[in-house]
Amino acid sequence: MAQKSFRQALNEALHFEMGRDPRVIMMGEDLTGGAGANGVKDAWGGPFGVTRGLLDAFGPERIRDTPISEAAFIGAAAGAALTGLRPIAEIMFVDFAGVCLDQIMNQAAKFRFMFGGRAKTPLVIRATYGAGSRSGSQHTQALYPIFTHIPGLKVVIPSTPYDAKGLLLQAIRDDDPVIFLEHKMLYDTVGEVPDGAYTIPFGEARVARDGKDVLIIAIGRMVQVAEEAARKLAAEGISACIIDPRTTSPLDEDTLLEFTETIGRVVIVDEANPRCSVATDISALLADKCFDALKAPIKLVTAPHAPVPYAPNLEDAYIPSADAVVKAATSIIKR
Amino acid sequence: MSALQFSREELVNVYRTMRTIRRFEERVMQEMGTGDIPGNTHLYAGQEASAVGVCLQLRDDDYISSTHRGHGHSIAKGVDIDGMMAELFGRASGTCGGKGGSMHIADLRKGMLGANGIVAAGAPITCGAALSAKLLGTGQVAVAFAGDGAMNEGVMSESFNLAKIWMLPIIFVIEDNGFGEATANAYVSAGSFTRRAESYDIPAIEVDGTDVFSVYAAAGEAVERARAGGGPTMLHVHVPRYYGHYSGDPDTYRTPEEKAAMRRERDCLSNFRKRVKEVSLVEMAELDAVDAAVEAEIDRAVSAARAAPFPPLAALTTDVYVKYL
Ligand SMILES: Cc1ncc(C[n+]2csc(CCOP(=O)(O)OP(=O)(O)O)c2C)c(N)n1
Repeated sequence: MAQKSFRQALNEALHFEMGRDPRVIMMGEDLTGGAGANGVKDAWGGPFGVTRGLLDAFGPERIRDTPISEAAFIGAAAGAALTGLRPIAEIMFVDFAGVCLDQIMNQAAKFRFMFGGRAKTPLVIRATYGAGSRSGSQHTQALYPIFTHIPGLKVVIPSTPYDAKGLLLQAIRDDDPVIFLEHKMLYDTVGEVPDGAYTIPFGEARVARDGKDVLIIAIGRMVQVAEEAARKLAAEGISACIIDPRTTSPLDEDTLLEFTETIGRVVIVDEANPRCSVATDISALLADKCFDALKAPIKLVTAPHAPVPYAPNLEDAYIPSADAVVKAATSIIKR
Repeated sequence: MSALQFSREELVNVYRTMRTIRRFEERVMQEMGTGDIPGNTHLYAGQEASAVGVCLQLRDDDYISSTHRGHGHSIAKGVDIDGMMAELFGRASGTCGGKGGSMHIADLRKGMLGANGIVAAGAPITCGAALSAKLLGTGQVAVAFAGDGAMNEGVMSESFNLAKIWMLPIIFVIEDNGFGEATANAYVSAGSFTRRAESYDIPAIEVDGTDVFSVYAAAGEAVERARAGGGPTMLHVHVPRYYGHYSGDPDTYRTPEEKAAMRRERDCLSNFRKRVKEVSLVEMAELDAVDAAVEAEIDRAVSAARAAPFPPLAALTTDVYVKYL
């Protein structure tokens, strides 16, 4: 199988699905970067190079560079989804969802329910998230808990190039509004990605690594951190299992419960702020549904309850580290 | 407005501030290359006359808010460049203790309410500052700097309306460099900015932002109106943006010829030199001496920043609240 980057995997999915389904359109700021300016075309291929070549392939009617007007174009995407198109709208950094949260949480997320099931909203909102790029507090948040909290939204957080492609294709074909979050620091990671199209169903966790002593549940980029931790633990003779939920809404409760039942020791690694988070949500689920199987307290390794700092030493310390995961894991194994 | 209305000393000061911004930016670009300034920055070079022309009309206690392209506004408002440089290097001695970075430089002692990572977010915040000034009767005015791209955010229109119905002492300065990131303004903006403001009965002035004297004159009119209780004004300032959108931008959506012409024909510093030379108010040698002094000052700021320590790890969880438990 071909080795491809996370960025390339996403680009392939977009190309494929736009070619297959003429109702799929894309919109966002600088989606092509420079489109329309003095005859320049597709100078950037999107802010992170994910949308490269789409303008050439599908033209400016279907690949729309928008004004800096998130509330208007995310709302327009929701309206277009309600009326027959299948828009993919891009919020450059998920932090900017603050500008258009009404359109996401009070409009797109609610249409189907409020209209008594007589509507669907096949909308995908792609956005980058996450710390590590030295970009300061307003460009680095891991805001997936906010979206996961809202009924009506599906929330997808891929951690590998393979999953990125399969989950994006699934997202575009899904008839509900999907928030699709791409960690900025994952774009250059490389992995096996088939050339053809394939989808990965939502609500199916991936077992990223088999193991028996401790279960590490990790979200998005934290899967990499968990893998590094697992290698360190293996060197100490501890075998760690890693599960990547892949979608936080729907959440694959069955797999999480099943592995918790058999392993009995759980560490949850989550880059988001810890209060009302995916980490606390999953730990509550496990405590509620399989308390008797737990051999030790569930351990959470998360960012602190603070904004992301700018200074590199602080930002590094902010992001959950493999060492912190190792420490959490050994603390419950030695009990 | 002509250079003749300034004293010699004032002219030199105007030049010094513009030159400081320019050199600060050029140096930051150079230092980005060493990898020691984390992340990316958005450089203001080319737009100096706008910040300086406006801020020259302001008192020390007047307010400004800035954008992601905030270094120029900060320097023009008098924020200490040592602190700014240290902030860019992520050091504890930075303006924000190293926690904010380029996009969040703020200094309330100088009325600088912050650069901002969210496009257009400064406009309503500045309405709030103007409201404070009005209700507290301080006589201060507030200036919201924003780009042409920002004009398409809904919150700009909402702020215009609020500013007018509350008759706030505020000036919206729209710095139009023709681009929002890589997208041309012409491609994404309908109608005219001045007419947008005028539809709220806000007087609007179109200004050549490569000429500090024109900016100064327009800002003077706006500030006077604001201080006299006459409410908001909007300035639509046309400026060139010398670098790409951010420091790592290959800037491939503009041709090299276009960029060269911009630097050749629309440079506020050479424009300034030409203007003062025509009226033989300042010796060119004196301006050269300013250049050298500025150079030394920036050198010092960089060395001091490099020598400064990073923030302590404990800073990770401080300043989130005034008091939590
Ligand atoms: C709400 C929001 N949307 C998008 C961005 C990404 N972004 C940062 S700067 C910028 C362009 C801003 O253009 P303009 O207002 O013209 O200012 P300029 O960069 O030209 O100074 C964009 C789209 C952002 N920071 N905030």
